[in-house]
Amino acid sequence: MPYTVNIEIAPGAWFPGVLTPQNSYRKIFMLTEVRQPVLKTPAHNRLERLAMAFRKEIRQHWVLLLMALPGLAVVFIVSYMPMPGVILAFKDYKAAKGIWGSDWVGLKNFAFLLNSGTALQLIRNTLLLNTAFIIAAQVCSLTVAVLLNEVYHTYLAKIYQSILFFPHFVSWVLVGFFTYAFLNSDTGYVNLILKSLGMTTVNWYAAPQYWLAILVFLSVWKGLGYFTIIYLAGMLNISPEYYEAARIDGANKLQETWFITLPLVRPLVIINVLLAVGRIFFANFDFIYNVTRDSSLLLPTVNVIDTFVYRSLASLGNFNLASAAGFFQAVMGLLLILSANWIVRRFDKDQALF
Amino acid sequence: MATSALPSTATKPLGGYRTRIKVWHALILAVLGLICVIWVIPLLMIFSGSLTEEATLVNTGYQLIPPKLSLEAYQWLWQDPSILLYSYGVTLFVTFVGTAASLMIMAMLAYTLAQKSFKLRNVFTFFVFFTMLFNGGLVPYYINMSRTLGLKDSIFALILPYLVTPFFVLLLRTYFATIPKDLFDAARVDGAGEWRIFSRIAVPLSTPALATVGLFAMLQYWNDMYQALLFIENQRLYPLQFTLYKLLVNTQMLNDLAMQTGQPVPHLSVTMAMAVLAIGPILVAFLFVQKYFVRGITLGGIKGD
Repeated sequence: MPYTVNIEIAPGAWFPGVLTPQNSYRKIFMLTEVRQPVLKTPAHNRLERLAMAFRKEIRQHWVLLLMALPGLAVVFIVSYMPMPGVILAFKDYKAAKGIWGSDWVGLKNFAFLLNSGTALQLIRNTLLLNTAFIIAAQVCSLTVAVLLNEVYHTYLAKIYQSILFFPHFVSWVLVGFFTYAFLNSDTGYVNLILKSLGMTTVNWYAAPQYWLAILVFLSVWKGLGYFTIIYLAGMLNISPEYYEAARIDGANKLQETWFITLPLVRPLVIINVLLAVGRIFFANFDFIYNVTRDSSLLLPTVNVIDTFVYRSLASLGNFNLASAAGFFQAVMGLLLILSANWIVRRFDKDQALF
Repeated sequence: MATSALPSTATKPLGGYRTRIKVWHALILAVLGLICVIWVIPLLMIFSGSLTEEATLVNTGYQLIPPKLSLEAYQWLWQDPSILLYSYGVTLFVTFVGTAASLMIMAMLAYTLAQKSFKLRNVFTFFVFFTMLFNGGLVPYYINMSRTLGLKDSIFALILPYLVTPFFVLLLRTYFATIPKDLFDAARVDGAGEWRIFSRIAVPLSTPALATVGLFAMLQYWNDMYQALLFIENQRLYPLQFTLYKLLVNTQMLNDLAMQTGQPVPHLSVTMAMAVLAIGPILVAFLFVQKYFVRGITLGGIKGD
């Protein structure tokens, strides 16, 4: 009886001599990987598994990966590449030495910012202005939305809404234009009226005490339509049954508004306010810069972190002060956004940013 | 709409309810009308300023209704429209190229972030949205753009920064995620690849969201002057808003132009005329696209900026 010799090739054994297309390096390599578990520490194993999952993911979803790539690249270039630059707040920046070569100075930049007295002014103005903007925007837009909700001529309501929404499309540069037409001391319309009424004219661009009111008015002018649309949509969702029930109980319009409309849009208001509070350390640069025409006489009330950073950079060329203020703003902003988001999550998970 | 649903029984016990409602309603219309008038006045101011004679402006100042209509400012601009045309060209280029590119990049990115089977999406989502929470600030940004990337005085400095806005990506991702998964699965069974599913199913089904985001992106590009303020020094590359800003701040700019044409500059009215010409397209666009904006704000829940 002829006997056969069974040659068993241990899986993963490597025979340089028997490389055929069927038994290629590749196959052998894969065998070792799959069938022959090498003794590894658990951590090593997990890493390996992760790497394998990663490779599988790429094989499976390489199209998705390619699609995401341009967007990720832009985010990386625009937002991540500058991030290491925050260390400039602790350095004395010299353009010739670059970000990494410049000397460390510890907290000197911050100390300088504090000692110059601007730090407190900046924080106070930024917080004060933004708080005023938030309150004014919410109060005004809620009021207007309540009023618009009562208008039952649909076409009239639409016209009103369009007019109020239009400023959202107007750039801050143009807002700066008409502000100038109204307020400049020689040819401004407001001074013209004051003169014709026999009152003393005001040099507006040199009178910081009025600018809180002016800025609040302009921010309401620009933002009212936007929030009104949000709130009006919320109010239109309220079931008419509530109002019918209230009317049978003899409620008047004011009571209806106070006890039905406002409580039911409250979640929307809370979300909007919290999101705005999360960004309270960030002023709208375009707004402040254009409207005040960067007038140095107005700085006591309108100097905010963003305009200060720009001015130190552009006209003074002082990178150190600008970096320190910018760093402070970024860190405070992060803390506030995180806490605001935490609170938003507690009210309404869907509205939270993350 | 509240009164139209008034039950007929309510009229009897509440005598005079209807008249009171009518007075109330008239009052509301009046108040809203007044607010709207205040809202329009600023724009009227710019418009009438552009139609007033320079001499009147200098002597008596800006007025809501010009004492004598004059097209002086527009004629002056018409003689040498180069400055305006260049700015318009730059702004149109930036707006259209920027919006198209940004919409495409953001849609692709958002689509991948909406795929549940794509495990890397969590990492990518964090990567994109972390930039909403923290940024390096102006100084590192400026150094990066001007030194590292060398985009000073380049038109791409106006386009690149707004290509990907995390918030819009979030919005699009949410919208893509609402498309029923069965549609995608059916296409996959039929042998469609990811790209085909994206371009033939996901994009056509998301036109409302894409339209809204596209319009917001467009508005952002059209109205931007900040990037130009930071990076553009070459006058030929000034976008429209930046030219306007420069005109208001720097009267010298128009005078330089006047040297070329050899005529005195009606400075006050010309600036306003340029503002009118800049706002014109927006006004026209507004009438057409307003309803998409309103829909986008209310449906997508875009939060205030």
